[in-house]
Amino acid sequence: MMKRRVVLTFPPEVVERPVISLMIRDYDVITNILRAEVTEGEVGRMLVELEGDGGNVKNGVQYLKDQGVTVEEAIKDIDLNDTICTSCGVCTAVCLTGALTVGPPDFKLTLDKDRCILCGSCVDACPFRLIKVRF
Amino acid sequence: MAKSYEEINEKIKKGRAVVLTAEEMTELVKSEGAGEAAGKVDVVTTGTFGPMCSSGAFVNFGHSDPPIKMHRLWLNDVPVCADVAAVDAYIGAAAISDSEGLAYGGGHIIQDLIEGKRIKLKSTAIATDCYPRKEIETEVALSDLNQAYLFNPRNAYENYASATNSSEKTIYTYMGILLPNYGNITYCSAGQLNPLLNDPDYRTIGIGTRIFLGGGTGYVAWAGTQHNPEVERNDNGVPVGPSGSLALIGDMKTMDSKFIRGARFHRYGVTLYVGIGIPIPILDEDMAVRTGISDEDIETYIFDYSEPSRARNRLKKVNYRELRSGKVELKGRMVKTAPLSSFKMSREIAGILKQRILEGAFTVSRPVEELPRDGGLNTLEERRGER
Repeated sequence: MMKRRVVLTFPPEVVERPVISLMIRDYDVITNILRAEVTEGEVGRMLVELEGDGGNVKNGVQYLKDQGVTVEEAIKDIDLNDTICTSCGVCTAVCLTGALTVGPPDFKLTLDKDRCILCGSCVDACPFRLIKVRF
Repeated sequence: MAKSYEEINEKIKKGRAVVLTAEEMTELVKSEGAGEAAGKVDVVTTGTFGPMCSSGAFVNFGHSDPPIKMHRLWLNDVPVCADVAAVDAYIGAAAISDSEGLAYGGGHIIQDLIEGKRIKLKSTAIATDCYPRKEIETEVALSDLNQAYLFNPRNAYENYASATNSSEKTIYTYMGILLPNYGNITYCSAGQLNPLLNDPDYRTIGIGTRIFLGGGTGYVAWAGTQHNPEVERNDNGVPVGPSGSLALIGDMKTMDSKFIRGARFHRYGVTLYVGIGIPIPILDEDMAVRTGISDEDIETYIFDYSEPSRARNRLKKVNYRELRSGKVELKGRMVKTAPLSSFKMSREIAGILKQRILEGAFTVSRPVEELPRDGGLNTLEERRGER
């Protein structure tokens, strides 16, 4: 068994086709959708974990590519608008990996991207909606 | 050696006043003692920047022609109370949008107005002989308004409760997102920088006190709603949990949206982050002792917010040094703590106020009336058939 976390980019013409569904059916890949931004007629993005027999995952990924989907290894990408961030610290309450912290000496909110797992909890928590997660 | 308000203001005007922030004063009192500090220091500045739902703004739009006596009123689709004279209104910070729900509300309108943005106005009315108009739709900006002033019924709480969640599901509260099984603890106080905690007997902060409000100048208008000085106090003379509060007033046209920010708490609602700074004149040694207080000396209780009752379970007493460390021991394990108010901004506000006083642009004011030092809280009882 192997597990890969990948970012899928769907061109607008592919968004409307059930490619994930067909990959699961035809290649027996366990698929866990972690985040998705999919709107008909627009470029779609999806963060997924693919799990299964090594050959199946590889063939499934190849199938997605053949369908016009761009497959990239998941890249950690979180954006904090720190020019207007107040460093209130509300987001740190839900950051379980300690990527977001406020503390001495200056109590300025800091984001350690290496510790971020892109769970997106902080996106909801920020009272000013200054955090965006992209994948 | 006692000092009067007049003596302190004379020194401020001559540029000779010694002004410290509450944090600097704490260090000085620790190293040299309250007696020495009282002799040296004239004013201590405090600051806080946190979510304060009990806030809002009175506005006057001026009259249209033909005129209207506004009955129902929306600003950017947020319902606003127009039940005062024809074109007066009160924008409640916690009002929520008819179209966007919890994502946008009164707090955001206040911020947008301060930023000079145009706001959509829609109103309907019952026509009268003197106000014949039944509806109006237009756009307004802050500069169009005759008056626009914040009038916040309850701000600058002297201390506050701390929150956690014992249940098995995440809960969404005004204390932020509380994770299941005591997954986190949130708290909301500027602690050693908080205004009333530096004057817990309300000797110098009272009705009429001039303050920093949202970047401009404001005043203490009244004791805040739920002002409740009769709560448990610790050995340092400060309340353990929410107690005193202030009703504040100030001209929105002098404010800066850096210090007044609309906000939303996920699945809870809209609020307003308010920046407040209050100068405390060091009249005597007692005031030096009071302003010498540190986070370690200020305590609060952690409550279990999973119980939606006014009688929540009280779990543990902690001080703000522990809370601000990022972890507190609870139920045998270390639990992550997180603030709701910005300590960084609180410190910045205390620093700005200090600078304004040093420049002679801001003086201290003797309260016109003192705040009540007694009186508790009533509760809402449900009664029937007693008309």
